[in-house]
Amino acid sequence: MVLDSKIPEGPLAEKWDKHKFDIKLVNPANKRKFKVLVVGTGLAGSSAAATLAELGYEVEAFTFHDSPRRAHSIAAQGGINGAKNYRNDGDSIYRLFYDTIKGGDYRGREANTYRLAQVSVDIIDQMAAQGVPFAREYGGLLANRSFGGAQVSRTFYARGQTGQQLLLGAYQQMMGQVHAGKVKLHTRMEMLDLVMKDGEAAGIVCRNLLTGEITSHSGHAVVLATGGYGNVFYLSTNAMTCNVSAAWRAHRKGAYFANPCYTQIHPTCIPAADEFQSKLTLMSESLRNDGRIWVPRDPDEQRRARDIPEADRYYYLEEKYPAFGNLVPRDVASRNAKTVVDQGLGVGPLKNGVYLDFAAAIDRDGLDKVWERYSNLFEMYERITGEDPREMPMRIFPATHYTMGGLWVDYNLMTNVPGLYACGEANFSDHGANRLGASALMQGLADGYFVLPYTIGDSLAGKLGTDPVSTDDPVFQEAEQGVRDQINTFLSINGTQSPDYFHRELGKLVWNYIGMERDQNGLEKAVSEIRALREEFWKDLRVLGNSDTLNSSLEKAGRVADFFELAELMARDALDREESCGGHFRAESQTPEGEALRNDDDFAHVSAWEWHDADTPQTKHAEELIFENVKLTQRSYK
Amino acid sequence: MSNHLNLTLQIWRQDGPTAPGRFETYEARNIPDDASFLEMLDVVNEGLIEQGNVPIEFPHDCREGICGTCGVMINGRAHGQEKGTATCQLHMRKFSDGDTIAIEPWRAAAFPVVKDLVVDRSPLDAIIEAGGFITAPTGTAGDANDTPIPKEAADSAMDAAACIGCGACVAACPNSAGQLFTSAKLWHLNSLPQGQPERYKRTEEMVETMEQFFGSCTNHGECSEACPKEISIDFIAYMNRDYIKSKRTNRKLAGQR
Repeated sequence: MVLDSKIPEGPLAEKWDKHKFDIKLVNPANKRKFKVLVVGTGLAGSSAAATLAELGYEVEAFTFHDSPRRAHSIAAQGGINGAKNYRNDGDSIYRLFYDTIKGGDYRGREANTYRLAQVSVDIIDQMAAQGVPFAREYGGLLANRSFGGAQVSRTFYARGQTGQQLLLGAYQQMMGQVHAGKVKLHTRMEMLDLVMKDGEAAGIVCRNLLTGEITSHSGHAVVLATGGYGNVFYLSTNAMTCNVSAAWRAHRKGAYFANPCYTQIHPTCIPAADEFQSKLTLMSESLRNDGRIWVPRDPDEQRRARDIPEADRYYYLEEKYPAFGNLVPRDVASRNAKTVVDQGLGVGPLKNGVYLDFAAAIDRDGLDKVWERYSNLFEMYERITGEDPREMPMRIFPATHYTMGGLWVDYNLMTNVPGLYACGEANFSDHGANRLGASALMQGLADGYFVLPYTIGDSLAGKLGTDPVSTDDPVFQEAEQGVRDQINTFLSINGTQSPDYFHRELGKLVWNYIGMERDQNGLEKAVSEIRALREEFWKDLRVLGNSDTLNSSLEKAGRVADFFELAELMARDALDREESCGGHFRAESQTPEGEALRNDDDFAHVSAWEWHDADTPQTKHAEELIFENVKLTQRSYK
Repeated sequence: MSNHLNLTLQIWRQDGPTAPGRFETYEARNIPDDASFLEMLDVVNEGLIEQGNVPIEFPHDCREGICGTCGVMINGRAHGQEKGTATCQLHMRKFSDGDTIAIEPWRAAAFPVVKDLVVDRSPLDAIIEAGGFITAPTGTAGDANDTPIPKEAADSAMDAAACIGCGACVAACPNSAGQLFTSAKLWHLNSLPQGQPERYKRTEEMVETMEQFFGSCTNHGECSEACPKEISIDFIAYMNRDYIKSKRTNRKLAGQR
């Protein structure tokens, strides 16, 4: 199959407008004749459901949470980019586009990224109109900060709770449409299969997590806004229930999975404290604006951080990257932290962290100013570690945070399966091999508010006059049976180990072999060890209880089963990509200074993988990336 | 390095919404004090699975105090004894070796038990659905800086908007009242210029939806005390003022119906 990205012709800045004119529209009176199923109610899902309903489509929204407001978008702390140039510091749509393409190490699509930068401006307006309490200056205008390596101040924020406030905005907008009867909301419903009919998406099969009831739902289009797959690492900053299952089960039904090896390891998380650690907590990287990162020069350093004189401190980012210093992009900051910890310079009881020190900022701006900026983060840190960052430096270490890979989509956000769309973190499209700070919220909302609601009309227009496939159709019955069979299998294996045990063991393999640094030897080991552990999983799993009540152990089993298959594909994708780029660092491919070395001749493409069956490796399809506007350069933050 | 604790847990077990519940006693052994409260329950559950017993269902997700999924009564207090702290952010260093800890689901008729420590909080969504939004269809917004908002006003709206919808306010209230939750959303939206057009309609509809599910407020203040985001009880006063005004304003708008 040839992958057609459907990127419009014409100059970069005109592509989106031209495309909106060229694609088919659905007449306002006809929109109500189409039913769209939206799975997931985070930023992308809620905003898509709300906007589609406003346009007149009949929408059903599904979340496995008890309320749409629980989606993990809520945990984003730092902010959202918008190319408003309110600070008059030279920002523009082109600059945001350029920073995003460059930050993604030239592995994203120019056209998608430019569109993202274009609509970033509308998102800020939209969210302000909805009452999102963004931070403001004393004059009443919106405040901005520089964030995550940007050299302009284009990040809008709401204290350290930007994701929460944006999600609540999108959730509330969707609830308004629920109130208006235009969105039918299903809570506690987990999608467990995609249903196909004649090569097109016909609907989904869900399990009610409270009653165990398996039900079918059909529509003219299915939108997956089901987030990323960072929990394949077991320890990550994702919420406990974040999973790949909806996207993965769509992959098993024919949707290509693109660039799974592009995973982002966030530099500023609280290091693991003990063997029972269940997740890692992110400290917003806005902290890097004022915090200085260092480790003691002496691996045997015994003094308390405050007592170590300047000369004995190694400010490794400031020394190696004088221009960007502590604000280098996430992948660079993370890898450097790993390097110093591997050298034995780590700090803390387990020597598994680096210092992030606010003493200089407090001296410069005063404690009050620094407290005003970061109070909620400081308090959160103290709650978790029992240490006060005003008294002693924070300890931080990288943790898996975001996944750039996801379902392959074209410019319309449609997967290669007709009628199946993916938006937000669930798709692969806008961040290349590395996502810049404050860009995830932007992309989720861009897709849900301003892209998908327009582009979906192009495929729906051709379906006017047709009904969705009946849920009595054998394709739904077969899919339901498949789901029931899998659940019964989990409950009847009667082995000795819990789903969490297998998840934790899988996570160790993924972190060690497919983590911040990868090499051929390790990746080959990963493939065989993941397979071996997967076999053990299917033989030795223990899931207790029944399928007709709330049973989180049973839910977890299904998610871990999918993580096993995904992990293997991640390793294969990482093996195949014999270059370093963004979040994918192959030890064999680095510059003499130890920076990621791309191979543009052989790998300036998207790798989209086609599923066959659980025992046959996927087939790769390459979508060439064409750069007409930016010149590919070796990233340098020196 | 961390210290380790041995604890006795008395945990509410209930197989389903209509099944009778009971307390069961469990021993939690060798728990590092750097562990979080929920990680302690993880350890207990792994032990239960190993022994062939059905693990305890408890509500949780983000484990960083923002999603609002978690929340149990710990020794009779919603989210436990630490002020401004959600259950998931409570750490075992706040307990001592040998402690007995009682763990129950949220107590409120509006929040029926689903299983063990998990309750159904859907009435909170019903309140938001009734009017907890600003009608601003996508694409209609003017430039964000066209409407300046004094910093103090934006900060005050943010103080209210910080609510995570966990329901601790209801669980802590002797009347199981929903006032703190409802008033926080009302103040967030009613105090901003964007929220003015629908202000009184919103207030009347949200308050009256709340009344269908929850008890009445008698100003005990337990809600604010239990709130992991320390939402101020002042918002309840603002809500009451707006509600009274809404009855008059809305009647006038409806032509003395």
